Amino acid sequence: MDWGFILTQTTTQAIGITAIIYILAAIGLNVQFGYAGLLNFGQVMFVAAGSYAVGVIVLTFDLSLWLSILVAIIVATALALLLGIPTLRLRADYLAIVTIAASELFRLTVRSIAFKDTLGGAQGLNGKLGQQFHDTNPLPADFQSLPVLSWTRQDLWVVIVGWLLIAAFTVLVWLLVRSPWGRVIKGIREDEDAVVSLGKNVFVYKMQALILGGIIAAFGGIVWAVAKQSVQPDTFQPDFTFFAYTILLLGGAARVFGPIVGGIIFWFLLAGTGEFLGQAIQAGWIDFLQPTDVGNIRFMLMGAGLITLMVFRPQGIFGDRKELALDAR
Amino acid sequence: MPDDFDSRAEQAKAVLASVDPRPGVPKPDPILVADHVRRSFGGLTAVNVEHVEIQRGAITALIGPNGAGKTTFFNLITGFDDANEGKWTFNGRQVAGTAPYRLARIGMVRTFQLTKALSRMTVIDNMRLGAKNQTGERIFAAIFPFLWKSQEKQIDQRAIGLLERFNLHQKVADFAGSLSGGQRKLLEMARALMSDPELVMLDEPMAGVNPALKQSLLGHIKAIREEGTTVLFVEHDMDMVHDISDWVIVMAQGQVIAEGPPDTVMKDQAVIDAYLGAHHDSNLTESGEALTEDGAR
Repeated sequence: MDWGFILTQTTTQAIGITAIIYILAAIGLNVQFGYAGLLNFGQVMFVAAGSYAVGVIVLTFDLSLWLSILVAIIVATALALLLGIPTLRLRADYLAIVTIAASELFRLTVRSIAFKDTLGGAQGLNGKLGQQFHDTNPLPADFQSLPVLSWTRQDLWVVIVGWLLIAAFTVLVWLLVRSPWGRVIKGIREDEDAVVSLGKNVFVYKMQALILGGIIAAFGGIVWAVAKQSVQPDTFQPDFTFFAYTILLLGGAARVFGPIVGGIIFWFLLAGTGEFLGQAIQAGWIDFLQPTDVGNIRFMLMGAGLITLMVFRPQGIFGDRKELALDAR
Repeated sequence: MPDDFDSRAEQAKAVLASVDPRPGVPKPDPILVADHVRRSFGGLTAVNVEHVEIQRGAITALIGPNGAGKTTFFNLITGFDDANEGKWTFNGRQVAGTAPYRLARIGMVRTFQLTKALSRMTVIDNMRLGAKNQTGERIFAAIFPFLWKSQEKQIDQRAIGLLERFNLHQKVADFAGSLSGGQRKLLEMARALMSDPELVMLDEPMAGVNPALKQSLLGHIKAIREEGTTVLFVEHDMDMVHDISDWVIVMAQGQVIAEGPPDTVMKDQAVIDAYLGAHHDSNLTESGEALTEDGAR
């Protein structure tokens, strides 16, 4: 049993590229759900939009990666408008239904054979998607690895920029939610009609929150495409959205640092249980499981852990229980 | 205010004294005029108001038994519900079909029967939300605090002033959800005043409020009028209405059945029939049906 190895592997994953992608998606959800109360169950669609923007611009049209960032923002905005215009005037439940359906529609559309030439069909887009980004890598060419965290030179550069993005969006969200704008969207979460009666155009505010959250998630998609150098349609399943929600609730919704802390803990636990079980099976400590079971078992443990969290600490790590206990009326 | 009146209350009473107490009567200086406002839900016509005018600077009570259509009429006028037909003007401006947030911006602010204090926000944040034309409420300006900090200070001053008046200044940093029912009513009223409205529309401000706080609420409503703001409120407690209103409009079955100063209205046979009819202790639907018969008699 190599405890040191388990710990380094787990830590590497807890703050690694996958965690960064999920944290970005969760920051977007925090704006939409945490602060504005919009039940967006299709966050993965915005991530996919970001990834596909990179794939299509760089690979299909052979244009600059930097252009694809602009395209990702435009596409995310357009998708938010498309979803928001018919649904944001209705009750919250309708947005939830429409977004989850739309995210699947998006995935099934981009993977369809009809767009194989531009979007790559079920195989997605694979190639040197992030080359332009990796060319800017300032790390020394003979870089081997950090002492504890086992990233390659290329991955480490993605991790650094990824965390800078997280920092930038966290500051942006922090600035916004403590401003009068943030006050209005929190008011909308509490009671839309009350905010309307005070002369605020609630529809516009909800739309702004949906767009902003979508753009932040799209950056998660950009990181994904650049880091993995590939865009796979079937990685954008609805469970991505639910993991992002789990991260948000774990850290505490409507808390600026909620998504970051939630994301690190989520991936630490998920990777940790995986590594531990794998090693324990190898070492013969556990004989009723096969190594192939580990992937599923860790999600079962995660689920049990979440239920425990919701029972004993429903406000998440950062939340204020007293605040949660106030009835929303 | 002309010098020969000691208060807006006397002024309003004097002006309205010369108005003929009959349904739909024109007023000398109406702030709100509604014509042929109709709203039906399926086969039920909830509101069918031919003509009604609300006098500026006065406290007008809109009363009527349960199911008379008072709240629905309120919702229609304030844009929270869509009328099947009808026109109404606010300050001479045609406002039928205008979005509710726009109506609030031009000076017609309402409260709700079920109090809508924003529970998980502090009392002061509730108040700040009421202020109009905030630079910091625009998403791009919001990122730069120096653009809105000075305005925020002014808003805070105004909010604290109002909270002191409404005896809520010790609750400034508390969550609105931790206030009592009566305090929430006060907060909602104070918040509505943040925007300096011309017409405040209160939907059952006394519902679920204890008698001691009721007296203080009445005082506040009178004080609002003294500042020149017009008040229109829905109530079904006749005694309450008698105490503070300058003019009373009675609705039953979706229609205005009587209008006049409180004393006159309370003696009106149609009102007594509608209100205190023999069926007052039967259940809602039955009393509604019974009223039709009574009204027809």
